[in-house]
Amino acid sequence: MNAPIELRADETFVLNVGPQHPATHGVLRVKMEMHGEYIVNAETVIGYIHRMHEKMGELKTYPQFLMNLSRMDYLGALGYSHAHVLVVEKASGIVVPERAEYIRAIMVELNRIASHLFWFGAFVMDLGGFSPLMYALQDREHILDMLEAVTGSRLTYCYFRFGGLYNDVDDDFIAAARRFVPRMRKSLKKYRRLVTDNVIFRKRLEGIAPLSKEICRKYGASSAVARGSGINFDVRKNEPYSVYPQFDFDIPVYPQGDSLARYMVRMDEIEQSLRIVEQGLDKLPGGPIMPEKKPKLIKPPPGDYYQAVETARGSFGVRLVSDGGKTPYRLKLRSPTYSNMHLFDEACRGMMIMDALAFMGSLDLVIPEIDR
Amino acid sequence: MVAYFTEIYNGLVSLLVGMGITFKEFFKPTVTVAYPYETLTMCARYRGHIELVPDDEGNPRCVVCGLCEKACPSNCISLGGEKPEGGKKKVLTSYVLDFTRCSLCGSCVEACTFGAIDFSKEYNLASRRKEDFIFDLYKRLEERRP
Ligand code: SF4
Ligand code: SF4
Repeated sequence: MNAPIELRADETFVLNVGPQHPATHGVLRVKMEMHGEYIVNAETVIGYIHRMHEKMGELKTYPQFLMNLSRMDYLGALGYSHAHVLVVEKASGIVVPERAEYIRAIMVELNRIASHLFWFGAFVMDLGGFSPLMYALQDREHILDMLEAVTGSRLTYCYFRFGGLYNDVDDDFIAAARRFVPRMRKSLKKYRRLVTDNVIFRKRLEGIAPLSKEICRKYGASSAVARGSGINFDVRKNEPYSVYPQFDFDIPVYPQGDSLARYMVRMDEIEQSLRIVEQGLDKLPGGPIMPEKKPKLIKPPPGDYYQAVETARGSFGVRLVSDGGKTPYRLKLRSPTYSNMHLFDEACRGMMIMDALAFMGSLDLVIPEIDR
Repeated sequence: MVAYFTEIYNGLVSLLVGMGITFKEFFKPTVTVAYPYETLTMCARYRGHIELVPDDEGNPRCVVCGLCEKACPSNCISLGGEKPEGGKKKVLTSYVLDFTRCSLCGSCVEACTFGAIDFSKEYNLASRRKEDFIFDLYKRLEERRP
């Protein structure tokens, strides 16, 4: 019989989490140096699903690259396309009809709710609760059905065009969206009672993994990670784009910086997105969804352009350097999860492993978006 | 001591609240369908792989202009056409879609100014062989011919 291994008091071992592990929600690998249950050091290893989106952006013409953006983040695809169309429109001076811009905002907000719902379900499942995932997916399904009826696809939409949209929304969509808002509000109340107020849930998150403002700034964190640490930054308010200045909505900010604060920010954001959807439907102007003269050949004049948007995962930016040709000279995609994830290495030191996994869940990582 | 018992009490309450909600959900009507025994109809704008659109006589509407071929970001489409003897216009002889690379972006359908291609409603596509996803759309059109 083998003798049991004696560990020295200060001995550490390396635990390999991923690249295929349910807790990392994708192909992320984390090398954790452990001392018993405690993490001494952690190193995130990325690149398992790198697809060279930036290089593809340089090789393909502008319209051909359009659909790549929605392949980056499969949960909140529309926000990413929004940044791309906005920067190209800015560069080539295309004016978007107002109706199209309103529909874009409504769609992006619906997509944000869908993304947050999925995150909510998956996050609670990480902590051991299964039913909320099912309820969240049921609500999310309503959004996906609405988006499918308009865009034709359920996840990787290719809906925005330079200058406008692929097709218009109909009365069915508007009616469905109007029905959805009160339904979602009711569900939010249910989630509050089922999850947020649950003692076990709160005990696992309250005071866990507090992030200071400094560490958020150091790594360039955005979205709920920064807003859960008291940094009031949201691109929709700070650098307004599209029709967001027309809407009345608040940016939820929590100063605690712990996992619960990040959770609360996202849950409150769902409510704010519902408000934007409601106002968007009320204000939706008539008119065309594409400019009268459809832009045929897109060749932005030489220059350096940048546009950031607030996606479900944070501040996403596209930098476009054009040399006047049919393809960009350089297309840089600044992805928010990349920055949000990198503070994990530093912040999780000294944490228990189950707290660290709950912390990772609260960062809302989407791996294809990190790797691009 | 008091705090200890309050905590147990609060824990029990939140447990019961949670169980009450799941219990109520348990009696709500089912919202899922038992695929593949039941299927849903796809919505009107659903984007499946592309399909050639026939004209009134069942011939392809396509005039072999090649715009779709050029618009496709992934080079999925290869066209073949020839001028029949005595005819003026090119006639389509083959239209091959490499669905393994198609991203269902719809650029081809938008590029076609003749309304010669459209999305199909097919989504039950599964196979172990790559060749099964190289569709000869012209042949499929011939097969559909009444
Ligand atoms: S849908 Fe897009 S990728 Fe597919 S064949 Fe048409 S243009 Fe090509
Ligand atoms: S764009 Fe239309 S008409 Fe032209 S080759 Fe393609 S399918 Fe045929």
